[in-house]
Amino acid sequence: MTDPKYFTTNKKREIFELKAELNNEKKEKRKEAGKKVIAAMTVGKDVSSLFPDVVNCMQTDNLELKKLVYHYLMNYDCEDPDPLIRALTVRTMGCIRVDKITEYLCEPLCKCLKDEDPYVWKTAAVCVAKLHDINAQMVEDQGFLDSLRDFIADSNPMVVANAIVALSEISESHQNSNLLDLNSQNINKLLTALNECTEWGQIFILDYDREAQSICEQVTPRLSHANSEVVLSFLELLPKDSDYYNMLLKKLAPPLVTLLSGEPEVQYITLRNINLIVQIRPETLKQEIKAFFVKCNDPIYVKLEKLDIMIRLASQVLAELKEYATEGDVDFVCKAVRAIGQCAIKVEQSAECCTKVNYVVQEAIVVIRDIFRKYPNKYESIIATLCGNLDSLDEPDARAATIWIVGECAERIDNADELLESFLEGFHDESTQVQLTLLTAIVKLFLKKPSETQELVPLTTRYSDNSDLRDRSYIYRCLLSTDPVTAKEIVLSEKPLISEETDLIEPTLLDELICHIGSLASVYHKPPNAFVEGSHGIHRKHLPIHHGSTDAGDSPVGTTTAMNLEQPQVKPSQGDLLGDLLNLDLSSPVNAPQVSSMQMGAVDLQGGGLESLLGSDLGGGIGGSPAVGQSFIPSSVPATFAPSPGPAVVSSGPNDLFEFSTGIGMAPGGYVAPKAVWLPAVKAKGLEISGTFTHLQALQHMTDFAIQFNKNSFGVIPSTPLAIHTPLMPNQSIDVSLPLNTVGPVMKMEPLNNLQGAVKNNLDVFYFSWLIPLNVLFVEDGKMEHQVFLATSKDIPNENELQFQVKECHFNADTVSSKFQNNNVYTIAKRNVEGQDMLYQSLKLTNGIWILAELRIQPGNPNYTLESFPHCVFVKFVKDQMVVDVWLSF
Amino acid sequence: MIGGLFIYNHKGEVLISRVYRDDIGSQAADSAVFSSSGPFLGERLGGVVRRNAVDAFRVNVIHARQQVRSPVTNIARTSFFHVKRSNIWLAAVTKQNVNAAMVFEFLYKMCDVMAAYFGKISEENIKNNFVLIYELLDEILDFGYPQNSETGALKTFITQQGIKSQTKEEQSQITSQVTGQIGWRREGIKYRRNELFLDVLESVNLLMSPQGQVLSAHVSGRVVMKSYLSGMPECKFGMNDKIVIEKQGKGTADETSKSGKQSIAIDDCTFHQCVRLSKFDSERSISFIPPDGEFELMRYRTTKDIILPFRVIPLVREVGRTKLEVKVVIKSNFKPSLLAQKIEVRIPTPLNTSGVQVICMKGKAKYKASENAIVWKIKRMAGMKESQISAEIELLPTNDKKKWARPPISMNFEVPFAPSGLKVRYLKVFEPKLNYSDHDVIKWVRYIGRSGIYETRC
Repeated sequence: MTDPKYFTTNKKREIFELKAELNNEKKEKRKEAGKKVIAAMTVGKDVSSLFPDVVNCMQTDNLELKKLVYHYLMNYDCEDPDPLIRALTVRTMGCIRVDKITEYLCEPLCKCLKDEDPYVWKTAAVCVAKLHDINAQMVEDQGFLDSLRDFIADSNPMVVANAIVALSEISESHQNSNLLDLNSQNINKLLTALNECTEWGQIFILDYDREAQSICEQVTPRLSHANSEVVLSFLELLPKDSDYYNMLLKKLAPPLVTLLSGEPEVQYITLRNINLIVQIRPETLKQEIKAFFVKCNDPIYVKLEKLDIMIRLASQVLAELKEYATEGDVDFVCKAVRAIGQCAIKVEQSAECCTKVNYVVQEAIVVIRDIFRKYPNKYESIIATLCGNLDSLDEPDARAATIWIVGECAERIDNADELLESFLEGFHDESTQVQLTLLTAIVKLFLKKPSETQELVPLTTRYSDNSDLRDRSYIYRCLLSTDPVTAKEIVLSEKPLISEETDLIEPTLLDELICHIGSLASVYHKPPNAFVEGSHGIHRKHLPIHHGSTDAGDSPVGTTTAMNLEQPQVKPSQGDLLGDLLNLDLSSPVNAPQVSSMQMGAVDLQGGGLESLLGSDLGGGIGGSPAVGQSFIPSSVPATFAPSPGPAVVSSGPNDLFEFSTGIGMAPGGYVAPKAVWLPAVKAKGLEISGTFTHLQALQHMTDFAIQFNKNSFGVIPSTPLAIHTPLMPNQSIDVSLPLNTVGPVMKMEPLNNLQGAVKNNLDVFYFSWLIPLNVLFVEDGKMEHQVFLATSKDIPNENELQFQVKECHFNADTVSSKFQNNNVYTIAKRNVEGQDMLYQSLKLTNGIWILAELRIQPGNPNYTLESFPHCVFVKFVKDQMVVDVWLSF
Repeated sequence: MIGGLFIYNHKGEVLISRVYRDDIGSQAADSAVFSSSGPFLGERLGGVVRRNAVDAFRVNVIHARQQVRSPVTNIARTSFFHVKRSNIWLAAVTKQNVNAAMVFEFLYKMCDVMAAYFGKISEENIKNNFVLIYELLDEILDFGYPQNSETGALKTFITQQGIKSQTKEEQSQITSQVTGQIGWRREGIKYRRNELFLDVLESVNLLMSPQGQVLSAHVSGRVVMKSYLSGMPECKFGMNDKIVIEKQGKGTADETSKSGKQSIAIDDCTFHQCVRLSKFDSERSISFIPPDGEFELMRYRTTKDIILPFRVIPLVREVGRTKLEVKVVIKSNFKPSLLAQKIEVRIPTPLNTSGVQVICMKGKAKYKASENAIVWKIKRMAGMKESQISAEIELLPTNDKKKWARPPISMNFEVPFAPSGLKVRYLKVFEPKLNYSDHDVIKWVRYIGRSGIYETRC
């Protein structure tokens, strides 16, 4: 083609000749002819009459000729007057997935994207995605992405839908995953298309739009359109937090139930998804429980799934389960009986009724064991029945369960020894599980009724080849021979209660699955990367990350960084980390692991510390609410204190105040899970901490909160349990006040005001430490006698002294004095030396430590030299002679 | 998205194979074969790579010994979605995390489309129409993404006669119909007689305890419309929806009390895409431009105040170990002037049944050993009647300890009313451009209530 000679022929007979050449037997000739045809076409000659002959040539193994033929085809078909044919061409050509052919695809595709017919557009849109798959660079270079973006505004809904599909497909493998800016304008366009397009198009659009909340309201009517995946797609885009979600879920319940009367396959998909939903919001479908009753001719997979959900919704379904226990399919019956057991554990009243179900004795016994464990000493009446059934048991599970029951209730079964003996006969033929249980049961029996069991005890386990068994029996033997009392304690100890919920999906996985509602992941109950290869679908969804609480978010990052320069103790990267934190929700998860021990929102309330405090806004500040008082630690005057290492530890407090040293609770995805920012607030007496849990990680709800502190310098302990009664939903924050007092055990901490603690919830235990702002520990009787002050100050060794400068304060001595007094810092004396005001102050901490200070104010000079502190630190014995040697404050 | 679509016969032979994505059948399917079926299968396959995915499904699902435990199977990272229609398996294959319900909906739609083109989905029909099927698959799935699958639209340009030469107008009409806002109707339809038929088709489902307590009951209904109307008619459909009735009834309290009784509470409803949802949402009125011919206007589900057309009262008595006495009474519970048809009561019998004696007052009853059931058929039965069957079942003594599961007694019937109580109040037709009015349209309404799963435990 590059050969110029092909372009030169210009005769009338040309077509005829070409025709002959195309049908020539020699390959070479045909190729030549092909080149000529393309050349003719390129210079604008009509060679369309050669169509059948050219197509004939397609059957060749010569790549060059083949390409020429394709090129010819695309050129002619793309100009066909029938849009159906034009579209067909571009569709088919897109499927020829050979890299070398794509260059020929480019031009026709370009034409098709500018076609006049919507049918061609919608096909071309998908073709762009196909092309991207083969040659992404070309799509970029040719500006096809822009064409797609333009299609979003098209009036034809199908064009919009296909453009969206293409964009989302491309974005999966594109470095810029957000190819379409979902601004309100675009969203409106999508919504318009949504109203008009086919059910498939609706799904494409709904799946794409994860900007959820803003459009949820508007797409709710969609629920009334036709098919199931629309409903599920909708579910997927629901916002995952807030009451709004609950409300919408309620609206969704009826359509979901309707899906359950559809085809079995869709029922199954729906049930699998409902299974996820009921794990986070059981209340949504509670009223609909009847919908999950099993029908006789449901396929087995639907039955099993329904059962699973019912267990979760449980309680009034017991009778229903009883019916199932009589069904045919063995798997199903077993599961049904297990379900009854689980119900019994969940609902106390039903336990009684359960124990009467003996249809499938083996399974039932296993269940009964669980019931016994949950409600010991309640249903012993059943034991007799049980013992009657012993012979019929052949499943190891059931045998073991029976033995366990016998051992556990040995004192109530008269012939317990005989029963166990009967099992012993065939000891070596039993499965390990039964052997182990039997061993323990015998020991129990021995401990309970030593007289009867003597002959059983020489256990025959010595010759067993199972090491577990030998070990266990050895331990028992040792225990029994040396210290029967301890043995009793160990063997017959209280058993921990068995938990109510079974088979729950692990929370982090559940969260991920909730994000994937409707997709295959939600059907398999597995994360997508477990069954999808490569990049496809993996980064399809990000767990929303919530950035710090408002407090953290609001803090000026700049200030923090500035502080860092002057405070070597503070991790130098803090500022960066804060930056990372705030950026977290924008960046890909890859970033996250680096922030392993994340410094949570290093809020610099103190940064401006005294400066701002004593600064212009002081008027409203310091005398006012207790909350403001927290920033009232003058120690954070940065200018002067860097050289004095001791106290600096404490003075880093204000910055570290919000620092978290947690590094645990990682999500499998690598997210870091420091969970909380704690903001101390001041109260008149004692410390009040308002805690904000910030969900960085995932969409799991948290319940069962508890808090505990380590021993600390001030004996600060919570005076009431942590009162968080409602589950903490994803992205939700709860303000909790925790009253504290200082009567707990004391241990010196480093730094002194360090408080370590742990918050526990249903997921994990999260450890943290923060520094108590000292000012909250100032007590009201901190006013020292004048004489005592003088005497004490002389006793303070020099090395305990500290000196700071307070900058930019425009107050006179009296104002300062009164402001301090509001915060329990008392002025003992005031002097005027050489035109400077000298304030002598004292304060007392909750643990009885005194701190003395001298404040020097030069009128007119806004920089107070809170200078030389001749008696800054006061040595004091705290409980148990423990010396607190560093004292500080101003 | 869908990577490929295969159709198999019951032997697992591939009848149709259409692959949309390269990922299907490449290395993953290799590992599928090796991981799930061992080397033996790998040997047999060899050769064409793509076949592997196809075969993996046959081996793991169609030929699986165990009953299928899920309609979605993941074999070595390839997911197979399957539905079965008589002896034919349709399987959609994907390697991505797709919208699962969508894939199934697509398969159903595919079945509908094929049925609309060549009737029953059978091996013979598929073999006879395979070119057509490939053509359809090319059109309704592009790169694995479902495209327009409305039979009406497809039939305009996928014909078995080949594409006729069309004028430019015709062509653009086709394309705008396939892609456009009102894809379900083309312009310029003309009928000499404007006529429409409304069928309210309901299936009533019941699960009743032996004591006669309703455990669960619901009606799932469909309003199917056949329209033969000229032009672009604007239709408005009205029924005794409780919410609408109450809204309207506010003015006249009298009417509320009168009609309020007859109104029904709809739990959930879905519409054909021609219905303007925004209007339904705001005014709860159902307005639309109907497709030409037959379509399903809406689906709904109700659970309250259901008229249960029949009550089944079972009595099973075990006489010794080798005999069962069964007595079943059925009572019809509707207006005496109406007639139920095709009544069939199915009383399950134990597996070890050796003989059955049946006496019934009405209709015919037979013990069908192959189905393990006594089937009692009654052609017609008027409302407020009662009929009875009694049977003695003799059992073979067995040493099988497993108790007989006593499956529920099920019933089939057809009644000429809507068990949900739904009534069509009006269907108004406006065609502003053409010369006919609402009064000129001939309208027919018919109610059919059928049994869905109508079971009474015994």
